[in-house]
Amino acid sequence: MPVIDEAAAGRIFREESGRSVAALIRVFGDIDVAEDAVQEAFAVALRTWPGSGLPPNPGGWITTTARRRAIDRLRRESRERELLSEAAVLAPGGYDDCGMSEEAGPVLDDRLRLIFTCCHPALSTEAQVALTLRLLGGLSTVEVARSFLVAEATMAQRLVRAKHKIKAARIPYRVPEDHELPDRLPPVLAVVYLVYNAELTGPAERGLCSEAIRLARILATLMPDEPEVDGLLALLLLTESRRASRRRPDGSLVLLGEQDRRLWDGALIEEGQAIVRRCLRRDRPGPYQLQAAINAVHADAATFEQTDWSQIVALYDQLLAVAPTPVVALNRAIAIAIGEVQGPCAALALVDELDLDNYHPFHATRADLLQRLGRNSEAAAAYERAAALAPTDAERDFLRLGGRASR
Amino acid sequence: MTHYLLSVHSVEGEARPPMTDEEMQQSHKQVGIIEQEMKSLGAWVFSGRLHAPDTATVVRMSDGKVLTTDGPFAESREHLGGFYIIEAEDLDAAVAWASKVTEAINAPIEVRPFAGFAA
Repeated sequence: MPVIDEAAAGRIFREESGRSVAALIRVFGDIDVAEDAVQEAFAVALRTWPGSGLPPNPGGWITTTARRRAIDRLRRESRERELLSEAAVLAPGGYDDCGMSEEAGPVLDDRLRLIFTCCHPALSTEAQVALTLRLLGGLSTVEVARSFLVAEATMAQRLVRAKHKIKAARIPYRVPEDHELPDRLPPVLAVVYLVYNAELTGPAERGLCSEAIRLARILATLMPDEPEVDGLLALLLLTESRRASRRRPDGSLVLLGEQDRRLWDGALIEEGQAIVRRCLRRDRPGPYQLQAAINAVHADAATFEQTDWSQIVALYDQLLAVAPTPVVALNRAIAIAIGEVQGPCAALALVDELDLDNYHPFHATRADLLQRLGRNSEAAAAYERAAALAPTDAERDFLRLGGRASR
Repeated sequence: MTHYLLSVHSVEGEARPPMTDEEMQQSHKQVGIIEQEMKSLGAWVFSGRLHAPDTATVVRMSDGKVLTTDGPFAESREHLGGFYIIEAEDLDAAVAWASKVTEAINAPIEVRPFAGFAA
């Protein structure tokens, strides 16, 4: 019998709670009822699992226990009739006690419905990300608040407001139809990407990266015809493959050129590159696919110097055409400079045209280019500006070091 | 089903792209078609266009007496120009109607659920 402690139970809960919450929302048509019931089921799990051992299907156990709790609670509060009639409207197919059983045929995953509900365009971007983390990622309000760097009370209020709007305005719990997907998919992909980056750029490790990859995998399985979904998954896998080499022990970022490639995860690279190749065959490129392709080219190179820079610049040209943002332009200029496609002088001219004064990588890039051109005092000033804008102490220290070294 | 208020907002003093007579007629015709569609599909409950805010009168309690004054209640540049009350399955259905109307008249529309109307 597998031994189970509180930490292991917590991990299982995080993995399974999104599915359970989503299933219960389908049955009961009420987010709060679903969330409370799943929380209660988890509390029961914490009490019983350490003694009885892990059930064969922990996710199913939580869902079943939560469903029973929810029915008990609805009966107790004698709101059953009212809520069940609401549930019948929200959940086509209606309510029945067997609603949780494995359904036959190609059934859309409840989590897919839930992510489209969380990312409905009628909700603010912040609410979209927060709700996704809370309902699908199984993060507590405290954890969601921490990843946004806001007070718990603020986040609690934001979540309550978003859930109230879903209920009052009747934001539907459904997957948009094919003709609606072009408009409705981008916020979903953006939220999954934000969830990933919330950890990557945030001050601490919080398991958000694996959560985002899990969500992207669900989307890719359930929407095999959408190349951008594949593109996002490949991008996340290839980014994730470099995790072990990305930070120094003090937490500061290691730039791509200085990363120890032996630490890159070969299995993730292989999986990501296979998806990129599939995308190329489809030839319907979008921003996520192109960013994935850029990362795939980096992953191909044995050393930084051996990178196929002309291909990277060509991909950035394409990316700039579909997503003309200053950050993309900056990265394109960096590729041009590093690959010596045109050299640092031309790259600096490109960079100086960009309006990114509050973006610390902009100043770090300028600093690096100025240093290569031997304009050391200007480089030092740019490092200082980058350091002043950097989000973490470790990065600030690193950039200040760069500034001193160039003097 | 839920009842929604689709309120059409106009911004005082804001130069909207001027409509030619022909465009105006086209817009009118389009609105007529949409309203007909709302009615035939059972979505239309009530609708109305309002006179300009300078025709408004405010009635309020002041020192225990009812006071009647000139002017709109809110001192804002945005005013309600007209509205629809519709019945819709969910927010997506309501937004679909609002999208048709905003395309026809090129003015922003706020979609808001009525409290206590959920069937």
